[in-house]
Amino acid sequence: MNAPANLKYTKSDEWFDPASGAMGISDYAQSQLSDIVFVEILVDEGDTIEAGKAIASVESVKASAEIYASAGGKVSAVNKDLANKPETLNSDPYGEAWMVKVESGSEGETMDSATYEKYCEERSH
Amino acid sequence: MTYVIASLRSRRGNLNQPPNLRLLLEDSQRHEDNKMTYIPISPKERDAMLETIGVKSLDDLFNAVPSKHRFPMLNLPPALTEMEAMEELSGLAQANENVRTDLVSFLGAGMYNHYIPSVVDHILRRGEFYTAYTPYQPEISQGTLQAIFEYQSLMCALTGMDVSNASHYDGATATAEAVNLAYAQFRGKRKKVLISPTVHPQYRAVVRTYAQGMDLELAGNNENADLDSNPDELVNLVDDNTSLVIVQYPDFFGRVYDYTKLIEATHAKGALVCVVANPTALAMFKTPGSMGADVVVGDGQPLGIPMWYGGPSVGFFTTRKNMVHKMAGRLVGETIDNKGQRAYVLTLTAREQHIKRERATSNICTNQGLIALGTAVYLSLLGKAGLRQVANLCYQKAHYAAAELSKLNGMGLCFTEPFFHEFALCVGRPVEEVNSHLLEHGIIGGYDLGQDYPALKDHMLIAVTEMNSKEDIDMLVEVMSEVAND
Repeated sequence: MNAPANLKYTKSDEWFDPASGAMGISDYAQSQLSDIVFVEILVDEGDTIEAGKAIASVESVKASAEIYASAGGKVSAVNKDLANKPETLNSDPYGEAWMVKVESGSEGETMDSATYEKYCEERSH
Repeated sequence: MTYVIASLRSRRGNLNQPPNLRLLLEDSQRHEDNKMTYIPISPKERDAMLETIGVKSLDDLFNAVPSKHRFPMLNLPPALTEMEAMEELSGLAQANENVRTDLVSFLGAGMYNHYIPSVVDHILRRGEFYTAYTPYQPEISQGTLQAIFEYQSLMCALTGMDVSNASHYDGATATAEAVNLAYAQFRGKRKKVLISPTVHPQYRAVVRTYAQGMDLELAGNNENADLDSNPDELVNLVDDNTSLVIVQYPDFFGRVYDYTKLIEATHAKGALVCVVANPTALAMFKTPGSMGADVVVGDGQPLGIPMWYGGPSVGFFTTRKNMVHKMAGRLVGETIDNKGQRAYVLTLTAREQHIKRERATSNICTNQGLIALGTAVYLSLLGKAGLRQVANLCYQKAHYAAAELSKLNGMGLCFTEPFFHEFALCVGRPVEEVNSHLLEHGIIGGYDLGQDYPALKDHMLIAVTEMNSKEDIDMLVEVMSEVAND
């Protein structure tokens, strides 16, 4: 389980990078979903999004998932390449597989990496 | 993130909850006691239930229904023996007249009288196919799954598209699903759908019904529109709120247009195009896929399915690979099993309503399996050349009929554009009158266009297929000339 310390995490397993405004799904989320075969970002550049609202839809070989915004704000960038390589959500969830970036985002309910790691551990038992 | 694991949300309920063994045992015990394995409740159980809800007898449950509305006198004749019943029913069946033995038909307008090789019915009547249930378990459903896969492949070949789903109820519902797809593709942000007035009126009605409550604007859908206008002009109505343009090929009046320009211009404005196609015509003309269509749908009835009483039919639905995740219904894919053998499975099931729920494109996740199989059998029997021959016969015969009929006094073709096997004919008097005269001569006449298009009062839509011999057509012309000179 990998949860970089510079990121914030939601209870629904999304991350938010306060420095860059980027967000995506956590390593724990990708491991639960297993092989991801499809991703669709549901918001466009310029949209204003709210924390907790759906920003993407993901399908893996065993599940269909809705991804929620970990922070609200104006969407400044959308990872358009992601749809062509959904497998990067498994291989690099915190890097190449970022989903959406917001400008001066206001975080929703998030926790730091230590708390999040504990939270994931509890659920694994 | 919230997620639903596909295997746990099966039709058979939540696998996390094992069946209650105690109840099952009691159940089997009860059946042992009563020796009534297929009667769901015993008198004792019924009494217990009545007591629980505080009612003395079953009759008390009906107290709210006024007595005069209860126990109607059915006034039925005495029961018949099997022999008597057979005689009675055969007599009733003989009162029907059909296009195989009694009547000659020139009625089309969405349902067409084509020859059906007898093999089609023989395959459809095999128990393995007509009793098959949803093939969720590939390990026991390879036959059904392969049949659907073949059907899908044939539909892609016919329409020139990348992917086909396992089918819908009919052409009209398939068209409505194209609206759902476009709505989902733009994530509900584009709220206008343009439907050409020359799309089948009943298809347009079904689209209107489906669109209810979706907050969609249906435009272009006007029976009083100029039916002579070039379909390319539809693009003028496309704006940045438009998700989809729907046209028919050949259109409802049988006219054949090349929609390439319309599709290009619509794409330039960011919207999608759905072509509703007649599958027989596709054997003869350019495919909508090669014109650049995004969705091609239609009714599969012309492909070996009887007209019956107007159904059941099958709707085909094909689209581009990049929209496969937005396509409604089910999809069968080919794969390899754990022994390396070719195998078929339901693919991309997560798109379906029973997994994605309110996030799915459509609430339809079934298909018209048996009828779809019928079309696949028909197409594989005829092959490319055979289907082209059927289309060519339809085309030639329809053009002969049109040429002869338009020579008649006061009659004439309504449009000048190229047509396939159907054409609008002005008959110069009420169509109903003409048709009742034709019926006296054993001919089912054309569709009364005035009922849908006020401007086409006294016009009928005549369909000619390979089932109409030259003698049939000459007879139609002769009876029509009596009407014309009347």
